[in-house]
Amino acid sequence: MSEHSIRTTVNGVPISKTVEARRTLVDFLRVDCNLTGTHVGCEHGVCGACTVIVDGFSVRACLMLAVQADGAAVRTVEGVAAPDGTLHPVQQVLHEEHGLQCGFCTPGFVMTLVAQLEQQPRPSAGEMKAALSGNICRCTGYQGILRAVDRLAR
Amino acid sequence: MKPPPFDYVAPRSLEEALEHLARGGQDARVLAGGQSLVPMLALRLARPALLIDLNRVADFSGATFGSSELRVKAMTRQCAILRDPLIAEHAPALTQATAFIGHEQTRNRGTIGGSLGLADPQSEYPAVALALGAQILARSKSGMRRIPIEQYFLGPYSTALHLGEIIAEVIFPNWGVGTVMLVDEVARRPGDFALVGLATALQVGAGGRISRVGMAWFGMAPTPRRATKAEDALTGELVSRIDIDAIGRLAVEDSEPWDDVHASASYRRTVGAHVAARSLRRLLGKEVAT
Repeated sequence: MSEHSIRTTVNGVPISKTVEARRTLVDFLRVDCNLTGTHVGCEHGVCGACTVIVDGFSVRACLMLAVQADGAAVRTVEGVAAPDGTLHPVQQVLHEEHGLQCGFCTPGFVMTLVAQLEQQPRPSAGEMKAALSGNICRCTGYQGILRAVDRLAR
Repeated sequence: MKPPPFDYVAPRSLEEALEHLARGGQDARVLAGGQSLVPMLALRLARPALLIDLNRVADFSGATFGSSELRVKAMTRQCAILRDPLIAEHAPALTQATAFIGHEQTRNRGTIGGSLGLADPQSEYPAVALALGAQILARSKSGMRRIPIEQYFLGPYSTALHLGEIIAEVIFPNWGVGTVMLVDEVARRPGDFALVGLATALQVGAGGRISRVGMAWFGMAPTPRRATKAEDALTGELVSRIDIDAIGRLAVEDSEPWDDVHASASYRRTVGAHVAARSLRRLLGKEVAT
């Protein structure tokens, strides 16, 4: 079992830690960085709750090893709102359209949509819904989330 | 669950990776995009002693075209394949297949080499490679070889790669003018594994005669499987004379589907015949108004 020193930035903050090779990125964020906004759902790449942004791309943080993020810029749901607490437009519409109930899956939905809006300035509602196919929500019935997506597309 | 303990190396060159693989032997596994291997680690279905991560190997992604071949390097990610104009021009089936694979977040990591290396009988890329007549360029410490795709798939998750070999490239032949390609599948939800999937390439020559055909099923047999009978029936035939529904029924004769919780074998055969007929209608411009 090997251990590795890694240097990464998380939400713009440089972080240096030593991790076991088997440490997943999501456990690194939650346990080593104390950033528990990223949630672990299925832990094997099915539910999308742990979605974070690595070097501009949305990824499942349970399917990446922390050591693979050495040198990378990671962004989590904690880094999405403005420093003064103003919500990101994605967070704001999810809030207004009641796009969440228990909130467990929400960080994953937020990061997927944030990544897409940054990569593609004006995605259609259909394109955003397609991107969300990798995120599972077990309590909203998706209706509020889809209303939020429709508003983002406008 | 959490992955079991393992040693980890992230070589910067393929030569270095091959050294590690030769030393690690049976207990070493190569990590590409990790969208299948990492879940297997988490479920403890895989317990390698050494993980050799290819993500930092230099010059190991991208596509080039030359000498009538499209060469796609093994670590080319699915998200890159989806947007590559060279691939869309020379192997559009690969572009189409990619839209069916997993989700945005998994396509951002998953690679073509990883998919061909895993050889999941339900996945899209292996069937596209089979339909188009690709070759697998395998590298080892002792050299390299091209494995014809017909000899590559031995069973579910089993390939002709030897211990110590790593896929370096997937090489697609140029089908040339008059070629049309289509990947179609039926799945319960977007991103799910297909219940039935088919990759088809057709070349129509002078006089409206079909000169070359490649049809390969996925999710319909223990390996991707060519629809040889349908290919034979189509080759040399005039487009205007093809009985599309009959070919669709013929195409499933080469399949070997199974019963599981998602669908019965007979359902898969029935749907398969429709998928094959629908693919041919689209490719030959015989779409009927519904």
